Amino acid sequence: MERDRDLSALAIVGIRARGDALAARIQAAIRTNEGVDVPLGAIDITLYRDDLTRIGYAPVVRESEIPFSVDGRVVVLVDDVLFTGRTIRAAMDALVDYGRPRAIRLAVLVDRGHRELPIRADFVGKNVPTAPGDDVRVHLAEVDGRDEVEIVTRVPA
Amino acid sequence: MKWTRRHVLDTDDWSRDEIETVLDQTRAMIEILQRPIRRAPPLRGRTVILFFAEASTRTRVSFELAAKALSADVTNITASGSSVEKGESLYDTVRTLQALGGDIVVMRHASSGAPYFVAERTDAAVINAGDGWHAHPTQGILDAYTLRDALGDLDGKRIVIVGDVLHSRVARSDINTLVPLGVRITLSGPPTLMPMAWRCGQPPREVTYEPDLDRAVDGADGVIALRLQRERQESGLLPSLREYSRVWGLTAERVARMRPGAPVMHPGPMNEGIEIDSAVAHGAHSLIETQVTNGVAVRMALLYLLAGSGPAIPVEERA
Repeated sequence: MERDRDLSALAIVGIRARGDALAARIQAAIRTNEGVDVPLGAIDITLYRDDLTRIGYAPVVRESEIPFSVDGRVVVLVDDVLFTGRTIRAAMDALVDYGRPRAIRLAVLVDRGHRELPIRADFVGKNVPTAPGDDVRVHLAEVDGRDEVEIVTRVPA
Repeated sequence: MKWTRRHVLDTDDWSRDEIETVLDQTRAMIEILQRPIRRAPPLRGRTVILFFAEASTRTRVSFELAAKALSADVTNITASGSSVEKGESLYDTVRTLQALGGDIVVMRHASSGAPYFVAERTDAAVINAGDGWHAHPTQGILDAYTLRDALGDLDGKRIVIVGDVLHSRVARSDINTLVPLGVRITLSGPPTLMPMAWRCGQPPREVTYEPDLDRAVDGADGVIALRLQRERQESGLLPSLREYSRVWGLTAERVARMRPGAPVMHPGPMNEGIEIDSAVAHGAHSLIETQVTNGVAVRMALLYLLAGSGPAIPVEERA
């Protein structure tokens, strides 16, 4: 996924709750291939959602962990599914509260289309065409006990 | 669990689940306070009114920092210099608060129960920041958080609360927040400053009274010393402050009787040399400053949960 770059300035930040597990896998892969330990973080975007006043309840906030300075780094944000782009907007807002990265890149496992914001991924595992009402569910061994991507199509009632 | 409460008036009817939800959210808020930019946006566009009809600096400042860290707009109404001092009734003040359009009202009042009166008469969410002798729920929750952070799981732990329990809203809220988490409480202090029911009748099963402080702290997992109001002596409940300090003051020798490393806490402001020795207050086992830091995060967690529990905007009105 990540090649021909200065690994010393690189950092990987996963978006909770599945992106952080994927980020850890990417970190492990870089360690195996390059022998370099890239700084790894996890970010929770709940407080940065643009629909907090609209959903009528307070979703659970999990702890963010960015145990390094993001200043001057190239930070690769990692998430499982790229859909409307709103999560990524929130994650970028959260990330810049930690400092000023030199660049932010985006890596996703699945791009299912239907963007509502001008956001695109730099690295995509797989493009999956979907209908807007479909559900794309990513299961990861670390979180769910198995690796699987499921597309659930809504059947009109 | 899904948060459904509209107000924070007292923790006496809270479930263990609800208390633990707030404690877990507090952990996430502490991380925000450690960032280079100590601010997150979830309360943007919301107004928090701080209505303090009784003197308080640290609690008011704590709420103000908490509201600002979540990007809320904050307005202060204090008793002195306001229309409250000119004899405005609490009901009129409530009408004013309502007209100002606050989303959350944080209030402190000398009359027990005043926050309930306000909560029934306004659309805003109400947080009790201390009412008379009744309750100080955010202090109870921050003490629970501080103890859990220091001791881990609180189930089966024994905490001593020493001092003027009778007049203490902090003691009541500590008991009501810690007991559901499995804590056993030993109260200590002069019999004249214990609630009547626990002097004469049957105390709650998890709460016992041990007048001898040396015996109370023996092997305890932690101690909370309460502030002694000097006017208690004038009203004849204490023979002298010197005697109080000798019999119920928290000294290094008494701290040493607890389990090794057991924490010492105090809600502040302290009378050093009366209910607590300076060496203990600023000693290695003191968590008194940690309590202040944790207080901001606990209040952030509650403001966040209450702001989210308002009515949702119907789908058809969404942009």
